[in-house]
Amino acid sequence: MLALSEAPAVGSETSTPWTNAQATPLVEIRSVSKQYGDFTAIGDLSLKIYPGEFFALLGPSGCGKSTLLRMLAGFETPTAGEILLNGEDMVPMPPEKRPVNMMFQSYALFPHLTLEQNIAFGLKRMKLPKGEIDSRVEEMLQLVQMTTQAKRKPHQISGGQRQRIALARSLARRPKMLLLDEPMGALDKKLRRETQLELMDIQHRLGTTFVIVTHDQEEAMTVASRIAIMDHGKLMQVAPPIDTYETPASRYVAEFVGDTNIFTGSVTAAGSSALDFTLEVSGQSLNALPQPGIAAPDARYLNVRPEKMAVSKDRVDDGSNYLRGRIDEVAYLGNLSTYYVDVGLDQRVLVQMTNSQRFGSERFAEDDNVWVSWYPQDGQLLDR
Amino acid sequence: MNLPISRRNLLIGIPYTWLMLFFLIPFVIVMSISLSDPVIAIPPYSPVLSTNDGLAGVWNYLTQLDFENFAIVLEDDVYLSSYLNSVQMALTTTLLCLLLGYPIAYAIASSPMHWKTRFIMAINLTFWCSFLIRIYAWIVLLGNQGVVNNILLSLGVIDSPIQMLNTDFAVYLGLVYAYLPLMIFPVYATLEKLDNSVYEASRDLGCSHIESFFRVTLPLSRPGMLAGAFLVFVPVTGEYIVPSLLGNASTPVIGRVLWNEFFSNGDWPLAASISVLLMLVLVLPIVLYQFFSNRNEEK
Repeated sequence: MLALSEAPAVGSETSTPWTNAQATPLVEIRSVSKQYGDFTAIGDLSLKIYPGEFFALLGPSGCGKSTLLRMLAGFETPTAGEILLNGEDMVPMPPEKRPVNMMFQSYALFPHLTLEQNIAFGLKRMKLPKGEIDSRVEEMLQLVQMTTQAKRKPHQISGGQRQRIALARSLARRPKMLLLDEPMGALDKKLRRETQLELMDIQHRLGTTFVIVTHDQEEAMTVASRIAIMDHGKLMQVAPPIDTYETPASRYVAEFVGDTNIFTGSVTAAGSSALDFTLEVSGQSLNALPQPGIAAPDARYLNVRPEKMAVSKDRVDDGSNYLRGRIDEVAYLGNLSTYYVDVGLDQRVLVQMTNSQRFGSERFAEDDNVWVSWYPQDGQLLDR
Repeated sequence: MNLPISRRNLLIGIPYTWLMLFFLIPFVIVMSISLSDPVIAIPPYSPVLSTNDGLAGVWNYLTQLDFENFAIVLEDDVYLSSYLNSVQMALTTTLLCLLLGYPIAYAIASSPMHWKTRFIMAINLTFWCSFLIRIYAWIVLLGNQGVVNNILLSLGVIDSPIQMLNTDFAVYLGLVYAYLPLMIFPVYATLEKLDNSVYEASRDLGCSHIESFFRVTLPLSRPGMLAGAFLVFVPVTGEYIVPSLLGNASTPVIGRVLWNEFFSNGDWPLAASISVLLMLVLVLPIVLYQFFSNRNEEK
């Protein structure tokens, strides 16, 4: 096993280089575009990725995330713009010359070579001495816990094991940056969760910068230090997981990351610490807090996450927002109960409540008349 | 599949019946003729199996068979050198088809989708015309008064016609022309199925485009090359038409010798033993190949 390197403490300056204007990025993508005929895969995109980051590109299929990753690997050339690695433009460099390696979605192991030879493949191209190659192959096999299978061929091992060998092969050259294209797409849910934790552990130990492409927001939230949410070739938000969830930049991000309730309306009265948000459909007035960066007249949506809401029989005058409604549907998930409540708007409100006690928690049934409530500070105003 | 036994037997039975009717029974007949003696009669060999005398007749028939014809074939240099000529011709043709067919298959496999089908169609087109006619066409092209010589003469490149017809050059030209598609198709099919990400992985791991080809694409297309090699090698070994029409009588090939023994000399038993031995020459490498590839699979 490799020695554990000192992990920077969470929240310190070193672990959040993106907040520090002086920090030097490992990769800087400068107004990159990619056109395929009339179709714009990437449109004028700029992004900085810092050393040691576990960076996730998240978005629906066709959003351009894979194209961006393949540009970093050298398999696609931008139509315009620059990609700098340590300040040097990578665009003219062919894939084999880049200090970057990729782990493919299909794993792309060489079927005619043994697992050992697969891992050694990239090292042999570096013209390393044989002893060095052997020791690095051994080190990589240990890293992914596959030492006993070294002499087998790819078709003789399981999918999960192939995934490990693909990871070992792409890390063997000690790249400055590892690109992972949907690395867990082919694994079942349980194995995927284990592998995510292992991947984080490996990234932590090696300190290599990882860039992962995924369409699974839960996976991105689990592994990444920062997530770039993409849609139609544009960045919708680049932020740590907690910010993409709690402070989404737009309605699109709010709805893409997790479940949420979006109320449409406008601000009708604005004070310095509180304002009135009037719903478009019913004219009901709700309490909200001013959102930094959004001028009150621009606010169009109120975003409230389902677990920030509560369902209750009675209304208590505690400053919360209350909506009167009737339970449409109940989904009991074990740890949570999900209520779909008809509050007389053109949408059902989704409320999630934790079943924190076996029998004590108050539960509701379909057709119960209830109040849906949330604290004003748990709602977030959005302007787009 | 979980079929009832009787239906499964029926399904397996179809290919077995086919092999039995059109391969095993004809082979037994040819084999039995190869063990008989030539006579001037109809049929031109003896003994002839007759069922009139029952078991005794069969026994009498069997005792009259011998390996005399095989001894003749193996002892006479003419036959041995014809076999060698044929095998050499087949090996050279296979190699030429591989060298020419691989790049063509590679080019087709890497061209855009709508072009692929057009290229494959174009190669298929050659089969729409009879094999014999296509070979005759080469006589018209290559003869001393032929199209090629006339063009070269009129251009002033040469003063007198070049002897092309009835040379080894013409034979190889005809063979490669006729058998090239049989190499292109299996190689193309293998290349077409290759996962492009495997090629990309090799680039990612430090190979140039050319190095990727030799280290990944070429080794992975071996099954297609082997299939193509067998498809070309086996029929060319027994090839009779191309060497007869385009070739030179001084280098006999086994197909021609066989034809002569059968049609000119009327010696059916000798012709039959030549073809049985020819089959051995062809089957042996295939059996060896399968044996070794099975052993590799188990490893």
